[in-house]
Amino acid sequence: MDKLLLLGDEAIAQAAIDAGLSGVFAYPGTPSTEITEYIQDSKQAKELGIRSTWSCNEKTAMESAIGMSYAGKRAMFCCKHVGMNVAADPFMNSAITGANGGLVYIAADDPSMHSSQDEQDSRQYADFALIPCLEPSNQQEAYDMVHYAFDMSEKYHTPVMIRVTTRLAHSRAGVVRRESVKTQNALTLPADKRQYILLPVNAKRHYKTLIAKQADLMCESENHGFNRLIEGTDKKLGIVACGLSYNYLMENFPGGKCPYSVLKVSQYPMPEKLLQKIYDESDELLVLEEGQPIYERLIKGLLKNNKAIHGRLDGTIQRDGELSPNSVAKAVGIEVEGGFEIPSVVAPRPPKLCDGCPHRDSYLALNEAMKDFGDSRVFSDIGCYTLGALPPFNAIYSTVDMGASITMAKGAAEADLKPTVAVIGDSTFTHSGMTGLLDCCVDNIPVTVLILDNDITAMTGSQRSSATGRIESICAGIGVEPAHIRVISPLAKNLEENVKIIKEEIAYKGVSVIIPRRDCIVWANKKRKMLKK
Amino acid sequence: MKIDIILCGVGGMGALSSAAIISKAALEMGMYMKQAETHGMSQRGGDVQSHLRLSDEPIASDLIPEGQCDLILSVEPMEALRYVNFLNKKSGWIITDSNPFVNIPNYPDMAEVEKEINKIPNHIFHDFTKIAKEIGNPKGVNMVVLGAASKYLKIDIEKLEAAVRNNFAKKGEEIVDANIKALRAGREVADKQL
Repeated sequence: MDKLLLLGDEAIAQAAIDAGLSGVFAYPGTPSTEITEYIQDSKQAKELGIRSTWSCNEKTAMESAIGMSYAGKRAMFCCKHVGMNVAADPFMNSAITGANGGLVYIAADDPSMHSSQDEQDSRQYADFALIPCLEPSNQQEAYDMVHYAFDMSEKYHTPVMIRVTTRLAHSRAGVVRRESVKTQNALTLPADKRQYILLPVNAKRHYKTLIAKQADLMCESENHGFNRLIEGTDKKLGIVACGLSYNYLMENFPGGKCPYSVLKVSQYPMPEKLLQKIYDESDELLVLEEGQPIYERLIKGLLKNNKAIHGRLDGTIQRDGELSPNSVAKAVGIEVEGGFEIPSVVAPRPPKLCDGCPHRDSYLALNEAMKDFGDSRVFSDIGCYTLGALPPFNAIYSTVDMGASITMAKGAAEADLKPTVAVIGDSTFTHSGMTGLLDCCVDNIPVTVLILDNDITAMTGSQRSSATGRIESICAGIGVEPAHIRVISPLAKNLEENVKIIKEEIAYKGVSVIIPRRDCIVWANKKRKMLKK
Repeated sequence: MKIDIILCGVGGMGALSSAAIISKAALEMGMYMKQAETHGMSQRGGDVQSHLRLSDEPIASDLIPEGQCDLILSVEPMEALRYVNFLNKKSGWIITDSNPFVNIPNYPDMAEVEKEINKIPNHIFHDFTKIAKEIGNPKGVNMVVLGAASKYLKIDIEKLEAAVRNNFAKKGEEIVDANIKALRAGREVADKQL
């Protein structure tokens, strides 16, 4: 078969389609968005009737995937690493229920925080929940692993995680597809009617089953999956290379001629026998992990070992941020001649709100309305509008997690910081803002919430927003007084009127919502082109 | 044969499209390739870059090691300098448009930028934007730069044209033709003047 040119994300998506997927469930988040988008745009997926629309957050997405697996069909959930936090509740418990139809979770991590607020490592979650985790080192492996993951999920009745990082998610290479496409599973209900009823009496039993499964999962890791020990001639050093780090290591040894023994780890649980072998045979170990030093720490243990174990914890590799061919070269003692020094005239070019972006006008109006109250009273959220923290706006003072603008404003107001304002996007509002607004209404806290409605999930590249057409009715339903749900049009010509409305609502001693409504400028252009066609 | 390229610019200038086009052409020629790029927040007017690696043999790393890049292809002069730590000191080339894209208040003095580019032994610093404007496709600077670079890439111009067609097919015949014209204009100027 011909090679397809695919991003790591797209390789995962195509593999899932070919592996008999019935549905993908996700909320957009860099670097995972392209997986679901690929399935949405795929003609093949449409013909096969694979469901793929966006969910309103990662928790609802994962629960729907669990429901599809309950019904016996193959389901996939995708998120960026911090999305795992939102989905953590169903995630942990789905390890206890186990899977019926094949259930695969894709977690796309972002070490170096290219587009994120932290660099947490999702392998930690897989270990936490006692489920297997696969970590591809290239696009072809990503494709092959999805097939393996679905098969393993059904064989051992467990959800399986595939963990990728930005560099693989957003890197293209040629991928060879399988010749045949698997037929989707038929609707099949769980054989054991108690499988999904996590009453303590059942959960205790299921947990024992999950623990008992670990021996089988270890056996897969040692013998059948994607791990392998490549023996070297120089026993001074043994290298445990996890996921993508294997590539950076091999980049430094042209033709793959690494003199040291290498344990290539692309599947967890960590294969203990192979690890013991490389440890016994080598004088020292170097552990290469893209992300956090999870296995370096586990291998080291709490007490001193006889042999030195190098990695991020002893400074052989930098403690944070992505690996690179050069950082790995240094760790194995290879001198690299670098390039030129970057001249000091090169100025940083941070991202910014687009020209014509409605958020610009919203922030100009908000800043004007807030100028008499002083700084540090505006809480914000995750999205394009987070760029309002940068000059020339300097309009917001927090961006912590999805939905936190409203709840943090509430907590600060309850600490007597008055007035407080929350700024949140339409899609983020339906993701995790609604329940916070309900808290405000129940306690009747004077908070003014600006829901910036640009008709789309903009930051990740124009995905459908669950909020579209529903914001006013949601707010009214939650309990915001209809007179204090105000829609404004963020345009320069309306500045004066918009400032007046914001001031009025800030003065109101209850919960108020202002909805500045105008299409994202990128989305508006896309819509125009679509209409033209 | 092995060639490592960094394509760079500012979000929205088409650096990533150029990368996708070279990748498609290379795959068509049966080469191994890897192409890593920036998505997400940085695409909003920030700096964007793509590491593109082509080879007759399998490629290990998605990222180019520092000091090994053969060519920096940039649609903006200061952005070309941002990645010179990756450039091979002996044989690396910079090909860049000479027009600054000023969307930050502290954009350096252009004379300083030019001086720094001149310090790199192998460089082409040229007004490709002018060519794009002359052929009536001011947004096609990336394609003009790519056309000029094609002289130095070991990829047939026909394969590149086919990849341009494939890449822009969704956007209609008019856009495809405009981009092919820009690609050819870039190649012509490279053949005649550079």
